[in-house]
Amino acid sequence: MTSAVSLAAINFNWLPILPLLIVTAGALVVLLAGVRVGDRDSEGLGWLSLMTIAIAFASSFMMLNTRQVTFSGALIADNYTAFFYVVILLAAAVIVLMSLDYVAEEGLPGAEYYSLVLFGTAGMMLMAAAGDLIIVFLGLETMSISVYILAGLARTDARSNEASMKYFLLGAFSTGFLLYGIALIYGATGTIKLEAMTTLIAGGSSSPMLLLGVGLLLIGFGFKVAAVPFHMWTPDVYEGAPTSVTAFMAVGVKLAAFAAFLRVFLVHLLGVQTDWSIVLWVLAVLTMTTGNIVALMQTNLKRMLAYSAIAHAGYILVAMTAGNSAAGAAILYYLLGYAFTNLGAFAIIIALARRGHPHELIADLRGLATREPALAGAMAIMLFSLTGVPPLAGFLGKFFVFSAALNAGYVWLVVIAVVNSVTSVYYYLRPIVAMYADTGGAEVVRMRSRPALIAAIAIAVIGTILIGIYPQPYIAASTSAFASAFNKTPLATTASLRP
Amino acid sequence: MGGYWLTALVFMPLLGAAFVTLQSDERAAWRSAFIFSLIPLAISFYIFAAFDAQSAAYQFVEHYDWIPQFGISYHIGVDGISLFLLLLTTILVSLSLLYSAGGDIEFRAREFCFFLLVLETGLLGALVSVDLFLFYVFWELMLIPMYFLIGIWGHGRKIYAAFKFVLYTMLGSLLMLIAILYLVLKARGVLGHITFDLPDLFAVPLTTSEARWLFAGFALAFAIKVPMWPVHTWLPDAHTEAPTAGSVILAGVMLKMGTYGFLRFAIPLFPDVAADAAPIFMALAVIGIVFGALVALVQPDLKRLVAYSSVSHLGFVVLGMFALNTQGLEGAVYQMLNHGVSTGGLFLLVGMMYLRRHTREIAEFGGLWHSVPVYAAIFMVVMLSSAGLPGLNGFVGEFLILLGAYLHTWQAAVVAVSGLILGALYLFYAYERVMFGPITQDVNKTLPDLSGREIAVMAPLLALMFLMGFFPKPLLNRIEPSVNALLQRTHTHVARIDSRPATPAIVAAATKAANLR
Repeated sequence: MTSAVSLAAINFNWLPILPLLIVTAGALVVLLAGVRVGDRDSEGLGWLSLMTIAIAFASSFMMLNTRQVTFSGALIADNYTAFFYVVILLAAAVIVLMSLDYVAEEGLPGAEYYSLVLFGTAGMMLMAAAGDLIIVFLGLETMSISVYILAGLARTDARSNEASMKYFLLGAFSTGFLLYGIALIYGATGTIKLEAMTTLIAGGSSSPMLLLGVGLLLIGFGFKVAAVPFHMWTPDVYEGAPTSVTAFMAVGVKLAAFAAFLRVFLVHLLGVQTDWSIVLWVLAVLTMTTGNIVALMQTNLKRMLAYSAIAHAGYILVAMTAGNSAAGAAILYYLLGYAFTNLGAFAIIIALARRGHPHELIADLRGLATREPALAGAMAIMLFSLTGVPPLAGFLGKFFVFSAALNAGYVWLVVIAVVNSVTSVYYYLRPIVAMYADTGGAEVVRMRSRPALIAAIAIAVIGTILIGIYPQPYIAASTSAFASAFNKTPLATTASLRP
Repeated sequence: MGGYWLTALVFMPLLGAAFVTLQSDERAAWRSAFIFSLIPLAISFYIFAAFDAQSAAYQFVEHYDWIPQFGISYHIGVDGISLFLLLLTTILVSLSLLYSAGGDIEFRAREFCFFLLVLETGLLGALVSVDLFLFYVFWELMLIPMYFLIGIWGHGRKIYAAFKFVLYTMLGSLLMLIAILYLVLKARGVLGHITFDLPDLFAVPLTTSEARWLFAGFALAFAIKVPMWPVHTWLPDAHTEAPTAGSVILAGVMLKMGTYGFLRFAIPLFPDVAADAAPIFMALAVIGIVFGALVALVQPDLKRLVAYSSVSHLGFVVLGMFALNTQGLEGAVYQMLNHGVSTGGLFLLVGMMYLRRHTREIAEFGGLWHSVPVYAAIFMVVMLSSAGLPGLNGFVGEFLILLGAYLHTWQAAVVAVSGLILGALYLFYAYERVMFGPITQDVNKTLPDLSGREIAVMAPLLALMFLMGFFPKPLLNRIEPSVNALLQRTHTHVARIDSRPATPAIVAAATKAANLR
């Protein structure tokens, strides 16, 4: 049976991909402008990127409270997509802000850097909007290839090269798993469209081939969100890559990977939930525990944050194991807080760095509270938020995630998560001790002359505090976002974060 | 009674903390911090004056939605149990600031004031929270500034002590968070809506095993904070290494958060389990009383001695609490205040001597009575108050607790009395070695006596010791309705276990006895 798809039959609705197009067009413009201005004026290119992101950001809001499935099901535009567009673009904007000085100072090629950030952002957005598995793959590759290159952009730095190579090899491997999984799922269900798949699976066709495909898909996503045992690349890559790129990986890549992961598993593969939730339970425990325990021994701040990122992926997996709509909304909220907090932490590491002296060791923070009290205060807030101390964003995120899992009956899983949280206190407090109780340490560049970086840190600090003490609008946003994907309706009123 | 008194009380210190960071020099920081600490002090006195002594209900209630999607509200109020702890907090913070400005804190004064004031907000907030989530937020919030106070301005192994303090407390409180969540989710099934409001949660029917687990979750968090034997090991380290002001607040108010938590949450939420578990807790309390006293007896370090005496004294509070009768509970609440005043005073006095001699080894002193008579005299009063001498505050609380414990399980009271004797022993023994005898070291001959500032710090505490010793009635009157309301929740079980129901007559007799001496 050959069904020639007539082009006229495809619904071309450009609105859902408008932000995506803007970002892509912006990336091309930056690339071309870069040829013209060379690497001298990388800051100008940065501002150009920022403008692009701002326009895309504004246009994302046009998608709110509509639900359109376009390009014959390849893209879904709903509140879920809009939520991730907004958060990913916000993260990208903060990353550009923290890069403005950093790129020039580290001598990174500006045109390549900013255009790759934008291309990567476009890939992330594509993952969030994906309505079929091939688009997931397409977005993942666009994102990953950009990040592979970004990680190795400090060409003269051996660590950066190593990071890029490692990330590329393991990433390519994991993509293989993902693609193989997609193929098997296609074989089992005869479709790659998520919506069609849902109905087929709900119809009771859980063949071994489907389960194998789902398993491989899980491995592919596991790599991207850095779940144990697929996390091996994370510490080396996070440590080796230029710090702003690390932030891009820790926040952007994770947001996008979870966006697709959640939509595929928590919405469209619910039919085989009993099969994957056991696997996720184990993955969650492994990920939290490994991340937290290994983080205890780190002396390098970026490496510590890498393991912390692994641990946080574990907490998110706890809620995914629960797998209800409250859990989905909780994860969205968690990711929002996580994004601000990590962006802030990496921006502060950038603030510490000087050309040739990265100052990434915990020991370099010693005495920071007396020399740069504001910077130390910001870092302390970030670390406390990561620890989960109220009333910061990280606390409420954990609170919602744990309550979703408890509500689904996973009491022991939550107990394990809580013990993990206590463990994490130890390593999050160490930099704080260094900043406040110790003396010595590295001289840092005075902050006054770096307004863009200050802005980036300020956004992160304000976000972290605001999401924690005035959570209502963000709860509403994450609730309606997940519900719109879950119920497949434009306006979601039924489901909620409320357990 | 409406108004925003409690909100003003809780957040004024935070405002002060923000204000302090703007100060350019240290003197201005001290001054503004002290002035800002006087505002909540004044407000707490107003609340004390306007408090309706007849009522067991929450007063000065404020209730607004905070996170309505989750049934979380900004619900605060004060009752007879929390009223005096509020006063104690505001008094001790002001005195700590006054004392610390006199040379105890030599560097980074601005940050010190900042953390101390944030700590005050955490403490006051936890005391007025009626919403469980709100309580948890403040409960955790107070951890952070205390961590900094110990970690930055502490002595010796301050980092180790600060870590230990945070890790112990965090473990307890996160497990409590699970218990809170479980309870709330359970309540939703019954009530039909989700709420973190404490009064709503009383109505939740639980199976026995559920109630036991949940009670254990709460009890562990509070027991660590008290600290009860055997989870007390963080306390001697934290106390010994903390700066004087940190020790004062830690002993004076923060430990009370544990016992307060039992009274406010663990016991009324799970009255059945609490009544069943009472023998266990009384046994642990008695062990704590004797153990703390024995260990205090052999301490060569004066501050460590006071720290272990806290373990012993807090054992009394737990003992009274789990007697689950009016006498025991009132005594427990009263003893919480006593301990804050007298142990706070002891820590201040030890700090003052440390400032002069830079040591706290008992062996380094001797014959101080001759060189610093005012110091010695004040020390004597505070020590006697701590030892529970009739006429001073400590006696009333301990008497009521022993009475209550006797009515519940007389054996417990008998053993606990030995704690009183040991308490007198370690205090007198230490006092004797420090104050009496010949002056063994030359440096002790020329010690300056207390300064005007130091006397000003001690005077309010001395006044409180006498006031609370001679006139416990105004306090007990306000405590009683709330305690009785609490007892009503546990009533059925108290009746089952304790054949002699608590009568107001016994209380009256007890207070009279206290008044007479």
